[in-house]
Amino acid sequence: MSLLEVKNLVVEFPGRRGTLRALDDVSFSIAPGEILGVVGESGAGKSLTGAAIIGLLEPPGRIASGQIVLEGERIDQLGNDAMRRIRGRRIGAIFQDPLTSLNPLYSVGRQLTETIQTHLPVTAAEARKRAIGLLEDTGIQAAAQRIDHYPHQFSGGMRQRVVIALALAAEPKLIVADEPTTALDVSIQAQIISLLKSICHKRGAAVMLITHDMGVIAETCDRVAVMYAGRVAELGPVHEVINHPAHPYSAGLMAAIPDITQDRLVLNQIDGSMPRLNAIPQGCAFNPRCPKVFDRCKVERPDLLDAGATEAACWLHAGAGR
Amino acid sequence: MSAVTSSVEQPIAATASAQPLVQARDLAKVFDVSPPWLNRVIERKPRLMLHAVDGVSFEIDKGKTLALVGESGCGKSTVARMLVGLYQPTRGSMVFDGHDAHAAFRASEGKAGTPAALVRRRIQMIFQDPYASLNPRWVVEEIIAEPLHEHGLIADRNARRERVAQLLASVGLSAQDMVKYPHQFSGGQRQRISIARALATQPDFLVCDEPTSALDVSVQAQVLNIMKDLQRRQGLTYLFISHNLAVVRHVSDAVGVMYLGRLVELADKQTLFASPRHPYTRMLLDAIPKMHDTGRARTPVQGEVPNPLNPPTGCTFHPRCPHANARCKAERPAMLAIGGIKVACHAVEEGRI
Repeated sequence: MSLLEVKNLVVEFPGRRGTLRALDDVSFSIAPGEILGVVGESGAGKSLTGAAIIGLLEPPGRIASGQIVLEGERIDQLGNDAMRRIRGRRIGAIFQDPLTSLNPLYSVGRQLTETIQTHLPVTAAEARKRAIGLLEDTGIQAAAQRIDHYPHQFSGGMRQRVVIALALAAEPKLIVADEPTTALDVSIQAQIISLLKSICHKRGAAVMLITHDMGVIAETCDRVAVMYAGRVAELGPVHEVINHPAHPYSAGLMAAIPDITQDRLVLNQIDGSMPRLNAIPQGCAFNPRCPKVFDRCKVERPDLLDAGATEAACWLHAGAGR
Repeated sequence: MSAVTSSVEQPIAATASAQPLVQARDLAKVFDVSPPWLNRVIERKPRLMLHAVDGVSFEIDKGKTLALVGESGCGKSTVARMLVGLYQPTRGSMVFDGHDAHAAFRASEGKAGTPAALVRRRIQMIFQDPYASLNPRWVVEEIIAEPLHEHGLIADRNARRERVAQLLASVGLSAQDMVKYPHQFSGGQRQRISIARALATQPDFLVCDEPTSALDVSVQAQVLNIMKDLQRRQGLTYLFISHNLAVVRHVSDAVGVMYLGRLVELADKQTLFASPRHPYTRMLLDAIPKMHDTGRARTPVQGEVPNPLNPPTGCTFHPRCPHANARCKAERPAMLAIGGIKVACHAVEEGRI
């Protein structure tokens, strides 16, 4: 059984000039211990998917339909209190900017022990011991001393380690990591990615890794979902999507990324830009930019179709399988 | 003309084609980040000097691109700002097409049309954030025409409008976009507007400070393609600052790697990516996630960039370097030409790596 199942998720933002549909029929699942990457350009809806799962959609955004099922239990309809018990305990979250996800007025130790004691029945002394253990696990030297330091006394990479420790504090089964390395330098990014990978592997936690960096996805994930204009365009094993993308958007995206290992005279470019939410084209949302567009794409919206090794929401694959 | 040239230290000579267009000579910038005077007196705090850039030298030939790479705080943006005259260097100089650029920047302050101002006109900059670098209350026509106005290039309104239309076309936008405001454009289109503005004065040298870092990959590809295309057609010379080595590999001819305010390696692109010499360059190249070999385990380098206020002795990279020895801790390595490239590393010099 999958750990997390997202079924036909629709997120809408009601507004004065009509309702904007920011996520439209998003479905995927994550198996226990698996790392699922979610990529896409800004505005594709990847962070919103993460926010919907951890129950942190900002009003007026709301889940209009669909289901989010965690370990067999629907969590999309839970109230704030019930959701608060799940957040931290069963789903941990790591955000992009480690400075804003830590409280500058409390020592990191206090933030860690607070989280541990909120979710687990332990004494203060035990919580502190656990907190030190967590900091050690995330590679912070002299954790017993550093636990009483404040966030500003840590560097960016160290702060992100603290945030990871915080997300893991109550031993959640699922970690939602939204651009965890985007604010960091490459050498630190490498450290954080390898830490995230090894620590989740060790604890058997599944990770939903949201990022726009294909390199990070390639190196970290088992499977990847490529999002475009609020929908999943392609879903499949990471090396298949990168090396043999089935959706023209994923193909364009892969070819647009400059590769460190080879020289290219001209980068492939996808002309135009992602449509705004109030102007999503009819049919396939990618059709005005698609080099392989044909009549059907302009009228009928494709769902995820079997495209061999991956699934792609593209009419090019209508013949294969279903 | 003679009356005006006297304000410039070096006479304006015909461009010698053999000479590089841009020469940075031992550029350095020190920022005074001391606490206020009262605190220094009462709390006996010392003066604090931040050596943001410490002796950077390079040359760029006409029509070529030099990329500067490094992690945050290594001083690459400070170098960019010195090259366009936004900062006065504390030490060193920049020679642009035979002129002392900073003397020209000082001399041309508020004087459009002088030969010194010509130097200023020929050097332009593209900034990182296209949301912050365009005035939100101006329409595109005003934004792009401002440098023309400022340098007194085209006085006639209609001619100016025509030139703006031309510039917009050169970056793939249409003349109809002239009446729009920046917020009506996407990030990539805005960055193209900044490029059009930078090109307005027909510069020879463009300093690009992370021009695509704020953009999505498909849009980044559009902007990089336009920049390369403009370079081919107009013979532009670029200094390209980026932390993204893949982008650098795509756009540059030569690459300079900076660490804590100093250049540690300077080589042509092919050599640098094929056989990086400096341990820091190797580490940077190794740290980049590669797209096409999935699941590869990296061995990330330990440690972080030290505090620039209190840099390590000797080679500033020695605390993180796997090849460091006693000499590295004590003696600062100089940039040496070794095997066709320039590298500042004792281990390379001694043949240890």
